[in-house]
Amino acid sequence: MVNIKINGKDIQARDDMTILEAARENNIQIPTLCHLEGIHEMGACRMCVVEVAGAKALQASCIAPVREGMEVCTHSKRVRERRKVLYELILSDHPKDCLNCGRNLSCELQALGDIIQADEARFKGELSSDTVDLSSESIVRDSAKCILCRRCVTMCNEVQQVKILNAQERGFATLIGPGNDLLMGTSTCVNCGQCTTVCPTNALHEKDAIETVWDALADPNKKVVVQTAPAVRVAIGEEFGYPAGTIVTGKMAQALHDLGFDYVFDTNFAADLTIMEEGYELLSRLVGFMVGAGKVTEKQAEELGFKGKLRQPVLPMITSCSPGWIKYIEHYYNGQLGHLSSCKSPHMMLGALVKSYFAEKEKIDPKDMFVVSVMPCTAKKYEITREEMVNGGYPNVDAVLTTRELAVMCKQAGIDLKKLEDGKFDNPLGLSSGAADIFGATGGVMEAALRTVYELLTGREIPFDNLHVEPIKGLEKIKSAAITLEGVKDEWKFLEGVEVKVAVTSGLAGASTLLDQIKKGESPYHFIEVMACPGGCITGGGQPRSDDADVRAKRMNAIYAEDEGKTLRKSHENKDLQQLYKDFLGEPLGHVSHELLHTEYVQRNRY
Amino acid sequence: MEAKVHECGQMTEKEQYSLLEQSIKDFEYREDNLIQILHMAQAIFGYLPAEVQKFIAEKMDISLSHVSGVVTFYSFFSTQPKGKYKIQICLGTACYVRGGKKIVDALKDELGIDIAETTPDRKFSLEVMRCIGACGLAPAISINDQVYKRVNPKKIHEILSQYE
Repeated sequence: MVNIKINGKDIQARDDMTILEAARENNIQIPTLCHLEGIHEMGACRMCVVEVAGAKALQASCIAPVREGMEVCTHSKRVRERRKVLYELILSDHPKDCLNCGRNLSCELQALGDIIQADEARFKGELSSDTVDLSSESIVRDSAKCILCRRCVTMCNEVQQVKILNAQERGFATLIGPGNDLLMGTSTCVNCGQCTTVCPTNALHEKDAIETVWDALADPNKKVVVQTAPAVRVAIGEEFGYPAGTIVTGKMAQALHDLGFDYVFDTNFAADLTIMEEGYELLSRLVGFMVGAGKVTEKQAEELGFKGKLRQPVLPMITSCSPGWIKYIEHYYNGQLGHLSSCKSPHMMLGALVKSYFAEKEKIDPKDMFVVSVMPCTAKKYEITREEMVNGGYPNVDAVLTTRELAVMCKQAGIDLKKLEDGKFDNPLGLSSGAADIFGATGGVMEAALRTVYELLTGREIPFDNLHVEPIKGLEKIKSAAITLEGVKDEWKFLEGVEVKVAVTSGLAGASTLLDQIKKGESPYHFIEVMACPGGCITGGGQPRSDDADVRAKRMNAIYAEDEGKTLRKSHENKDLQQLYKDFLGEPLGHVSHELLHTEYVQRNRY
Repeated sequence: MEAKVHECGQMTEKEQYSLLEQSIKDFEYREDNLIQILHMAQAIFGYLPAEVQKFIAEKMDISLSHVSGVVTFYSFFSTQPKGKYKIQICLGTACYVRGGKKIVDALKDELGIDIAETTPDRKFSLEVMRCIGACGLAPAISINDQVYKRVNPKKIHEILSQYE
């Protein structure tokens, strides 16, 4: 520990702290702009300068370490004037059309103005390039709004390792982008949208689907169906003033009814469905492997219901719920596509069912249906445009709104979430288990799958407290667990004693590590869950931007609380899902499932 | 290495790429050698088009946007092919005060291209230099290695007409 003084206050700080960290820990706020805790700490914008007694130059507090006896002033005249000059210089090359900017009142540059109080614009001149890149289905890049803070560069290169955003050219001509003549839509961008969550201005944002959805709602000939992903309900409250981690499932369902959607369904229903399809797919690969190894006969496999359904025994199998992850593997590890589960992501499954099963049931022509998915994700906007995501000539899903966009629509419609009573999802595609809820957090899909598969094989619940597979819970980059199958049912006896090894990762850097293992033939795992965004969908590219450093943990805890609050906690016990199999799908991996719920992948190039 | 580069005009594309690959190998595929590798690539190909950048990125297992970022940062690197005749206009202090800017405008008009561009027939490319050491002869331009002294805009057409 060292003793320092900040603004005359005696403070004890850890030796490894920066001045900024020491100040914040003691409730002294220093304005920052490019700084992102734990991610982007490079002192680029210098907005956080402070005066250190005895030092000639002002110090960037975000990178200046504390020293014994240091005396710091965070708001001296010199500091205030310097910040003002810096701010005015940034503004001199920034369009000042805040009122018609998508980030009006949620812009960090604008918020900084409130502190800096720059009441004049001394530096006037040319503005740099105002290219608007609309080529991507997911992300819009508006270079006029860019202040070159490089948060997105760090996110894209270091955290996600997609590496398409870098500074091109130099000086006044500097532009953040993929370079050469590539655009967001023609580069190897995977649409994860993490850049849009860290951009302090409107330079990177999701492609708007709000008007498209309003138009559909206003069309008297359309039956508009909406569904919401598990992670939306633990985050959208933040846009209405609730603290991070508040669960607003009922209010959200009510808001969707109030917005005028004809049917309010839950993607969670399809998450349960995913567990059935993906669980059986894993088993079919395991059995296929055993057949290949001569440990199981073809006849045994048939008796277990795998006649004509045995998959190539490619292991580990990897989850396919995250479309950012899918595009990543298609570009960066296109020799490993056989490891991907063939399951569509849950909202695509639900869309496919709405326009088949539900349309038949309600006698609605699927051409008159419009399916909207509310997602924590920007990549889903791209996913719905994939040509594989079409059945019977109709796209499975017609529009994707991010959580942020749904909040905007509510505000446009005068709906204050806080004032709503709890509403309910509609049936039959609205019921879900707790296992579906946890899809929203890293490790959730794996835990949900294990809850079902283990029970299917042994007739008993997974041997973990409260059904939580502790080793794969939490926010670490890569997590793993091993579960030994004991006391398996007679028909599965050949799996007795097998140690099933699973791994879970969120964020594409972790995915890359696990894929490198697979490439080298060194992966010890049978099943891997990958989510493109660090933390999983709870902090997806379409979620509310948060200044709460613990936002991930809070939303994750909310997700697990939602799960624990239900009596129905295992996908295979979902009654409506069982009915769906009975009435329509037949059985997991069956012919109808194959047509509607499974998909194929595309080999793409990295360069 | 010098000799090989000198022969580049006669190399087939396959030979050019194999020489580049050898250079990347010589530089141990290391990212901190990227600038040297780009210098070699420009010496071999004359410029650094997207295909060459992609080749380098792929061989070095680094991102294309990073390679492009470095290429476009340094003015020495060019993503445009150079003309058969490289016109360099001196805008050092002496040439500048003696009307170098007017020479730039006259050349732009005559060739219909901007600075750092090449005519569509790849005959001429235009560059600006800071002092070529001919201050006593200002304003000066050079075409390939031939220096022209006390140039005035009216002489431009005549000078260019000597080049086939």
